[in-house]
Amino acid sequence: MGEPPIRPGAVIDGFVIGECVHRGGMALLWNVTHPDIATPLLMKVPRVSEGEDPAAIVSFEMEQMILPRLSGPHVPACFGIGDFARQPYVVIERITGDTLYRRLNELPLGYAEAAAIIGQIAVALADLHRQNVIHHDIKPSSIMFRPTGEAVLIDFGLSHHNQLPDLLQEEFRLPYGTAPYMAPERLLGRRDDPRSDLFSLGVLAYFFTTGVRPFGETETLRGMRRRLWRDPYPPRKLRPDYPPWLQDLVLRCLEIEPVWRHPTAAQLAFDLGHPDQVKLTARAEKLERDPFSTVLRRRFNRGLTLEAPKSDVAAQLASSPIVAIAIDLDEASEELGQALRVSAERILATLPSARLACLNVLKLNRIALDRTLDEQGHNKHIDRLVRLRHWATPLKLGEDRLSVHVLEAVDPASAILEFATASQVDHILIGARQHSLTRNLLGSVSAKVAADATCSVTVVRPPRRTQGSG
Amino acid sequence: MQRCERIVLLGDYVGYGADPEWTVDTVMDLVEQGALALRGNHDQAIGTPSETMNAEAQAAIEWTRGRLSAAQRRFLADLPMTIREEDRLYVHAEASQPSRWRYVRNANDAVHSLMATDAHVSFCGHIHQPAMYSMSAAAKMTSFIPTARVPVQLLSGRQWLVVLGSVGQPRDHDPAASFAIYDTKRKEVTYHRVPYDVEAAAQEIRANGLPLWLADRLRIGR
Repeated sequence: MGEPPIRPGAVIDGFVIGECVHRGGMALLWNVTHPDIATPLLMKVPRVSEGEDPAAIVSFEMEQMILPRLSGPHVPACFGIGDFARQPYVVIERITGDTLYRRLNELPLGYAEAAAIIGQIAVALADLHRQNVIHHDIKPSSIMFRPTGEAVLIDFGLSHHNQLPDLLQEEFRLPYGTAPYMAPERLLGRRDDPRSDLFSLGVLAYFFTTGVRPFGETETLRGMRRRLWRDPYPPRKLRPDYPPWLQDLVLRCLEIEPVWRHPTAAQLAFDLGHPDQVKLTARAEKLERDPFSTVLRRRFNRGLTLEAPKSDVAAQLASSPIVAIAIDLDEASEELGQALRVSAERILATLPSARLACLNVLKLNRIALDRTLDEQGHNKHIDRLVRLRHWATPLKLGEDRLSVHVLEAVDPASAILEFATASQVDHILIGARQHSLTRNLLGSVSAKVAADATCSVTVVRPPRRTQGSG
Repeated sequence: MQRCERIVLLGDYVGYGADPEWTVDTVMDLVEQGALALRGNHDQAIGTPSETMNAEAQAAIEWTRGRLSAAQRRFLADLPMTIREEDRLYVHAEASQPSRWRYVRNANDAVHSLMATDAHVSFCGHIHQPAMYSMSAAAKMTSFIPTARVPVQLLSGRQWLVVLGSVGQPRDHDPAASFAIYDTKRKEVTYHRVPYDVEAAAQEIRANGLPLWLADRLRIGR
């Protein structure tokens, strides 16, 4: 009997095998090093001996296909793939620390801490979805954190890439995943909706903030199917001091119909970052589960639910942007304000899932001491919030699609850009005046924003005037 | 643009276009320079009239036969039905019964083709619509519509059927010419679409008195 190829001291394709650090159900993890790579490395090797679950092989093949295509701080970097013909393996970056699983004995967490954690995971999911991948196994043991704070998603064996073959598509009768976290549409065979990840995140959020799993720990298909019609206990019933805005967000993630959840992970992250702006719906008020009649109706009228057309991840994301619009509330900018409103209207009309963040910058002086009260003694900040809302009123947006923010900063352009980055903004609308001496001397805010933004920027100008002669 | 070392043509050089002489001459030149070329059902119909072709296709074949020289007709008739190279199999329609000219429309059809060969990857066309099928070691099928310019890794341990679209008459609602590039070292296949002067091709078809549908369909990718 020969020695197993993967053992401490062996060298495979230049990777020197160290000690085995984890024996999982479907794979083994080994510490490895490579002379040309400084990053700490981990080699993942599938268990493929006789009698092993064939799903383990297909799941490993998915990781081999998807991991090399992913980039960014929210996924482990991939450094090599080994062929099934010789020795299957995947070499990835070793992330220091433990997964979120470690925190299970501390549950429930404080609301602020939990919201921050969920927010970081939502940002990671937004990045993953932008790369055309749906994770499909979001749970505490799939999430780690870098020392710099970003969430890192690991274990892509059940993932779906929108532009690559889905090897798990027809593979097995049971939907593969972790039962307590599985979205209802997965039970109906759908693997192409990124909002399934939001459901799983909702389960995690519920669990981390109440200490209770919303759908129990059932592992049977019959048990899992209950979530197609039976809603969980509202968190406020379990913890009377549960913030209504957080309950609204968590229950929105757990909506049975994907179309009622947040359109994108980025929008969930936005809401978590701006709790005071979360629209409170009936979800926030719930103290009891839905009445039995509702549950019965859901269960036996399932056939009436229109089968949604196959959703396209990219199209989904493109139709649900977060749009930030920077408004100058100066009296002289009435015309520009109107032009901005027109531009916003056009965008929002064509994209029903888009949401608008209205920004105004309260410019602080570097030298003089700023007074929060103006000459009349009114609070400047609140005054501007009110005027922003007034500006937005003609747009007739529902509260769930509109938020207003006053940023106090010395440099308006930087403040706008920082907001855009922190809030996952997809598109900035900003006005630019035609003539301004100040602008020519100091450089316009819109030019700076347009130059340095990482997302699209539309510069809006007031309508042209015919130039007088002479 | 792409530095390719080998060209493989999966058949049907004549039968729908208005310049068959040029096409066959070009194929003959490419083969002389090392390209692989297969016989398609329309190429076969030049020498052996088919009874199952639709009326427009038959009319076009009749016209084409009159335009080709004896040497060109002989070239088409002598083309192979399949070519096997290392772990790759090339065939016009599908591998289980190449001379039956069966369409691979779905995973069930693909299974027959895949079961008939031990090649790691098979390439076929005939249906004029790009698609990919994969069969795991446990005989479970995956079907997939590829996205242009996104490389797909053909993992070993399973078999692959790469269905090419059409260069001259795409039928997946995209009029741009469809082809693919395969990197044999990395085992990656990447599909490409290249728009061409569809109107000029359509004009030629009309000018030569060929069935109008053969011209009109080019613009809508049908």
